[in-house]
Amino acid sequence: MILRLIFASLLIGVSAAAGQSALPGVPATVTAGTAFSIATSGSGKAVFYIVGPGEAIRRDVQLGDPISIQAGDLHNAGHYTAALIGDSSTQTADFDVTASEPATISFLAKPSRLPVGLSASISGVTYIFDAFDNLVLQPQTVAFELSVNGGASQTQSVSTKNGVAWVKLNSAAKAGPAQFQARLGPVSEKRVVQQVSGDPCNLRMTARKSGNRIELETQPLLDCQGNAVPDGTIVTFKEAYNGTETTVDVPIKRGVAKTDMPDQDGALISVATGVVMGNEIQWRGGR
Amino acid sequence: MRTSFTIALLTLCSAFVVIFALAFDKPSVRVAPSAPGPRTLEDQTRTAVIKDYMASWNTMGQAFEANNPALLDSEFVGSAREKLANTIEDQRKAGIQTLYQDRSHDISLVFYSPEGLSVQLLDTVEYDVKILDHGKEQASQHVRCRYVAVLTPTEVRWKVRIFQSSPS
Repeated sequence: MILRLIFASLLIGVSAAAGQSALPGVPATVTAGTAFSIATSGSGKAVFYIVGPGEAIRRDVQLGDPISIQAGDLHNAGHYTAALIGDSSTQTADFDVTASEPATISFLAKPSRLPVGLSASISGVTYIFDAFDNLVLQPQTVAFELSVNGGASQTQSVSTKNGVAWVKLNSAAKAGPAQFQARLGPVSEKRVVQQVSGDPCNLRMTARKSGNRIELETQPLLDCQGNAVPDGTIVTFKEAYNGTETTVDVPIKRGVAKTDMPDQDGALISVATGVVMGNEIQWRGGR
Repeated sequence: MRTSFTIALLTLCSAFVVIFALAFDKPSVRVAPSAPGPRTLEDQTRTAVIKDYMASWNTMGQAFEANNPALLDSEFVGSAREKLANTIEDQRKAGIQTLYQDRSHDISLVFYSPEGLSVQLLDTVEYDVKILDHGKEQASQHVRCRYVAVLTPTEVRWKVRIFQSSPS
């Protein structure tokens, strides 16, 4: 009995499908937002539908009159089914709505802050959309440019694939805010990538006696490209003497770090910041 | 004896019907063994993306059938959610429903962004769509087309941010 019901419903489905015929005059492809019309034949009233995940339209129409789709009625790109249901006929057709001209760029630049002098460290990803927020799938050429004031700029042109273009660029040698731009014809988007100095190069300190203390001071801290290491970066001084160790963490102020430590004849004094080790001084009482 | 046999037969038939229905409802899914790049896509991520994308079709079908845009929230975000919700609202106002039943998916992952913030896939999909006007079926159509989807990670899952079909 149940199987009979299943087969009956299948047969009904097949019969329903067989009752449909092709709806002529529907264009295979329409640009989003443009007007078009579909000629109809016969007489009497009918109901016209356009359905798809992007739009749903229902209209009462008069057979024999053309069905006009106004500009802006169908603005979401996608695949659609059109159906014209009359008293005695059901006609259907499929068609596609495609994106119009590029109008906006969705541009994601990462990271927003990074050290200078790193290769392939800044990524830019663009998705190209038309005025109706449809992804433009036709290949387009996006020009990426990364520039820092007073430094050389990097440019790269990339063709979109399935609406996406991406690039990886090097961070510049010079610290500062970099302008990262993606441009497609008259449309452009800009992001700022803060490039900061890298780890210090040649961390060196000097020591001098001051009463019963040792005054320690680093030379101005610069990275390997000559950019000043930012104030606030922590520098660690260590004094090892007779099995004991004294540690002082000092933030850089005006480009240098300084502190004082007990004057211990024979002490070994070292300096470091992050993973960068500086010089060592074997203290001989200032002699 | 005869009663037991009848009950057993009915149970067997019911099980058969359920299996039959499930076999018909569940779409076939084929995923091309592609390496999208530029970021390396780990198997676990690939599996999660496909699972969440497939769930989005199921959710979309339910939302369009029920004319309930709130159902979209679990799988869609951004412009994809907004566009689908607008369509559902248009359907509701016009008194129509659409029933989407996906039959097969042929999926290729084509882009995984450098920072891991978006995955793009292409899906050649076959589905049946039925148009119901005030509950009465008006027409049905078998459709084959290509979908472009972009998914982005959220707190617990990948959600569809761009969902657009194109001429295949």
